Amino acid sequence: MIGHFTYFVAVFLMVAGLFIVIARSNLIKKLIGLSIFQTSVYILYIAPGKLIGGTAPILSPNYSIYSNPLPHVLILTAIVVGVATLALGLALAVRIREAYGSIEEDEILARDNAVIANQRTQQFALKHGNVSSREQRGREKHA
Amino acid sequence: MSLAQHLPALQVVLPLISAPLSVLLRRGSIAFALVTAAAWASFAIAIALWWQVDTSGVISYQIGHWQPPWGIEYRVDRLSSFMLVLISGMAAVVLPYARASIEREIPAESHYLFYAMLGLCFTGLLGITITGDAFNLFVFLEISSLSTYVLIALGRDRRALTASYQYLIMGSIGATFIVIGIGFLYLMTGTLNLADIAAKMTVIRSSRPILAALAFITVGISLKAALFPLHQWLPNAYTYAPSAVTAFLAATATKVSLYALIRFYFTVFGETFIFNELPLPQIMLALSLLAMFVANTVAIFQTNLKRLFAYSSVGQIGYITLGLSFDSLHGLTASITHIFNHGIAKGAIFLLIGGIVAGMTTHRGLTPAPTFDRLAGLSRQMPVTCFGIVIGGLSLIGVPGTAGFISKWYLVLAAMEKGQWWLVGAILLSSLLAVAYVWRFVEVAYFREPPAHPKVESEAPLSLLLPAGLLIVATLWLGLDTSFTVGSALDAAEQLLRTSR
Repeated sequence: MIGHFTYFVAVFLMVAGLFIVIARSNLIKKLIGLSIFQTSVYILYIAPGKLIGGTAPILSPNYSIYSNPLPHVLILTAIVVGVATLALGLALAVRIREAYGSIEEDEILARDNAVIANQRTQQFALKHGNVSSREQRGREKHA
Repeated sequence: MSLAQHLPALQVVLPLISAPLSVLLRRGSIAFALVTAAAWASFAIAIALWWQVDTSGVISYQIGHWQPPWGIEYRVDRLSSFMLVLISGMAAVVLPYARASIEREIPAESHYLFYAMLGLCFTGLLGITITGDAFNLFVFLEISSLSTYVLIALGRDRRALTASYQYLIMGSIGATFIVIGIGFLYLMTGTLNLADIAAKMTVIRSSRPILAALAFITVGISLKAALFPLHQWLPNAYTYAPSAVTAFLAATATKVSLYALIRFYFTVFGETFIFNELPLPQIMLALSLLAMFVANTVAIFQTNLKRLFAYSSVGQIGYITLGLSFDSLHGLTASITHIFNHGIAKGAIFLLIGGIVAGMTTHRGLTPAPTFDRLAGLSRQMPVTCFGIVIGGLSLIGVPGTAGFISKWYLVLAAMEKGQWWLVGAILLSSLLAVAYVWRFVEVAYFREPPAHPKVESEAPLSLLLPAGLLIVATLWLGLDTSFTVGSALDAAEQLLRTSR
């Protein structure tokens, strides 16, 4: 049980992160969830590579127990990737807020649907000769 | 040390260098020249590597002279050299097109960033294909993914931003799943070299961590490859991205993920483990059939031409995975050939649609969507473009004389070998769905009366038509002369099945 402690932590963070990504509609909160999810993988990699009392692999007769350096190096790369992903996601959230005025997923969807519905009614009106009053006035002016 | 020995490294390094250089120089035209030169050079290198593999077998390149299990190895076999030709060929065609296309779609001050991102995306895709190291594969995957998110967000419509965000969330979950899977493999075998993992796996094959690794990697790659129930990001991303980006992604990005899937299944986990000991082929068969029928049916009811062909892409991925699920020489050959043939046909179609969108843009400030009500009678204004899209569509259907026929032929052959005649019927039936969505375009463009004031006045400029035309000619050529595509695919399939346990 104690020996598997790190795995419990990793799995808890993994599931919590994924849950936040799926359940929250706020774009920033989703990104936080994604970060937690990615962080869980760092623990999954690093924990098995660490020996209690182990040092960095130094070639010296004074040290005999080493931690595995490779997972640490790999996760350094993964952290960089995670930071880049988070930065890009936040930049997108800023742009979305500028374009839509909201960072709530359902509101953004509602605004897009409103635009589509608007276009549909306009097309319908044009097709069926049901010309709106503004256009009628315009035509009268031309006449 | 001659130059020829370092081709595998140069293949990836040249485009990788071109990207930051074009950011530093901050000039659209210089960035274009740099990235295009890198793309053409790597196309030449890809062909050279294809020849080298043809004459002297599998190439193993040690980065920095570190021996393979410890250092990173680049490994070029028949399959990866074939994929390299597709990726770099598409980049070499799309880049000249992009120069004329993004003038209308992207503000001039961010042109150099566009080229840098396209260069990085291209680098990542090449890297995934050529590397023989599991973690290196993940890093290249993220390089290509992150630049893809930026490229999609450059689209003019504000929905491009939400599409990009959605793809970022789903793509990152997929990539993280892949790292988890690779982590399990590393914990169990203590190595990251794909060939070395495969060698050490024989003893511990059906242990639970390996099964977990297989599950994570399969779901992760399927997300990136837009395998049927995980395709939600694809239609929006393809619809709202700039035209050149859509064409490049449709031809290469999902295909490279499928390549990674083949690589993990056949080279790492081993054929018997995947296909005989686990119910994976049945699951894959079911998902492929769902993709072929559901996505193709959804495609018929789209009103936006770009979206229609995006859904058709999801359906076509179903054919590729269907070939994999057979686990036979001809099935695998069909999959690999279809990766190539579909990439070229779909790339050509999206390039031509980009020409239509460009024609519309000159009318108003904003880029209008290529919806069917705007395309009525288009063949009168753009006869060449429409004809090109019809030929590409015929290839999607699988009409004899086009490239699509060849891969479907091998697919049908593989189904018959297995004695599954109902599958032959299913393949033909789903092709009829493709006829339906291609016919929708034909009906609108050729038989509907054009409006009094057509949205598009004349044919797309030659700079947009030529690259697309080149791919259309390739589609026809590969439908007649199959020595390159089927020959390489057969070789690759044989190599995979021989080395796979």
